[in-house]
Amino acid sequence: MLHNSIKGANGRYDVVVIGSGLGGLTSANRLARSGHTVLLLEHHHQLGGLATWFKRKGHIFDVSLHGFPHGMVKTCRKYWNREIMESIVQLKKIVFDNPQFSLTTTFDRQDFTSILINKFKISQATINDFFNTVASMNFYDDQSMSTRELFEKFFPGRDDVHRLLMEPITYANGSTLDDPAITYGIVFSNFMNKGVFTFKGGTDHLIGMMAEELVKNGVTICKNSKVDRIVIENGKVQGVLVGERFIEADSVVSNSGILNTIYDLTGKDAFPAEFLGKVKTVRVNTSSCQVYIGIKKEETIDDIGDLLFVSSAEQFTSDELLDMHTRSRTFSLYYPKTRPGHNRFTVVASMNGRFDDWDRLNENTYEAEKQAMIKRTLVDLERYIPGVRQKIDWLEAATPKTIQRYTLHTKGTSFGTKFEGLDISRSIFKAVPGLFHVGSVGIIMSGWLGAINYGVIVANDVDGYIRGL
Amino acid sequence: MTIDEIKNVVLEIIQDIDDEADLENLNPGEALRDQLDLDSMDFLDIVMELRKRYQIQIPEADYPQLATLDSCVNYLIPRLKAA
Repeated sequence: MLHNSIKGANGRYDVVVIGSGLGGLTSANRLARSGHTVLLLEHHHQLGGLATWFKRKGHIFDVSLHGFPHGMVKTCRKYWNREIMESIVQLKKIVFDNPQFSLTTTFDRQDFTSILINKFKISQATINDFFNTVASMNFYDDQSMSTRELFEKFFPGRDDVHRLLMEPITYANGSTLDDPAITYGIVFSNFMNKGVFTFKGGTDHLIGMMAEELVKNGVTICKNSKVDRIVIENGKVQGVLVGERFIEADSVVSNSGILNTIYDLTGKDAFPAEFLGKVKTVRVNTSSCQVYIGIKKEETIDDIGDLLFVSSAEQFTSDELLDMHTRSRTFSLYYPKTRPGHNRFTVVASMNGRFDDWDRLNENTYEAEKQAMIKRTLVDLERYIPGVRQKIDWLEAATPKTIQRYTLHTKGTSFGTKFEGLDISRSIFKAVPGLFHVGSVGIIMSGWLGAINYGVIVANDVDGYIRGL
Repeated sequence: MTIDEIKNVVLEIIQDIDDEADLENLNPGEALRDQLDLDSMDFLDIVMELRKRYQIQIPEADYPQLATLDSCVNYLIPRLKAA
């Protein structure tokens, strides 16, 4: 059953899942199918976490539906249903445009190989060697090599090649050239397998189908239900507090941020000192800014590509991409084909960003910076869609502070944590029996596919714990 | 359970995970991963299904023992003897 408040919940469940991001939704579904009673709690009035959308003046804006790897097909078939799987379609036109190169690609190994040979004059042997190296990377491999070192090893001095390989992944998971090469290699290989895919019907349609499946499998869902506390007694999980309401549970899966889970929801006192020492080293990843652009009902725009990586910065650096005034952004184009029947065009520009840069501004400067960001974005978009300004009837910007408001994440992170967060998330139930975490961690377990697969991995841990009680 | 019964259980679980898997021509001594389109997530599914059906807890450290059909069956014999 789907309820709009905590009133719909019973007094006891095998599992309480806090948060309905893709990881939380998937854990809930998997555990319910495996025979457990599951309560899913969401503080917002809409499910999906950062996999979200909003409506303005007849437009539907997708916040994080920009493209995921083909692995999503198998994952949706196994852990959701055929209907969801069948709504996955390819985005065939990925565009790069910057002072170093301009090209259009299907973003898969075959096309990238021919681009690297013909345009960048790299030898076939080097390319094969590079692809095979990244394809064989595992998350438990040695992580001492950085992505920068990986690129220098295969393409020394070729910052144009580094840009081609790195820029999209920086937008996908917030990783930089200084993060472990495995976090790059695993995600890049996933994409290179068959290209970039999306959900026909948009985020709202997908989350709607997921909610239906959860209800069918017996999950109780309560929206507008913010958990105040995970209750720990005698060293293990007893349940959760939602306002005045205590709900008993054998285990709790938090799909809140990992640091929120430890410091805010559970409280430091519940954890051993050694574990807390490791938690202190966890760096939250960076965040994002977006500009949402709605095209008037009577207007159309030409097909300029599905996903555009554009930049007027001479060279790629991770710092430039994160700068408040970055000259690098992606444009996600949503044509009527995205939502058949809903005949509108929208464009979402995404930039990486740091929470502190926006948080330190006073109210007036914050507003002024948002307007300046919209202005810069439109100047860039004009290069690809001349005259687009006259066609727009909605403009709005989001910053890391917006993301924090809706997700409650520490420092508004949109990419979870850096690599060290994975181990904390995976081992939290060893520190406090019954307490689990699912959500973007370690760079690898982020993005839509990473989040869903991690939901399955954590569900297996939870299932093992409950069946061992 | 007999060896054959255990083998059938494993094959049945794999078929549930991938209904297009060609199990007829499976070499029981060769890695399942190399013959079928199985990835690490699929192995997790096998572990979870065995736990659901027979309450067997397979620790992560033992996952390598599930690599081939034969090694899977050998691993499960003592654990499913009473099932």
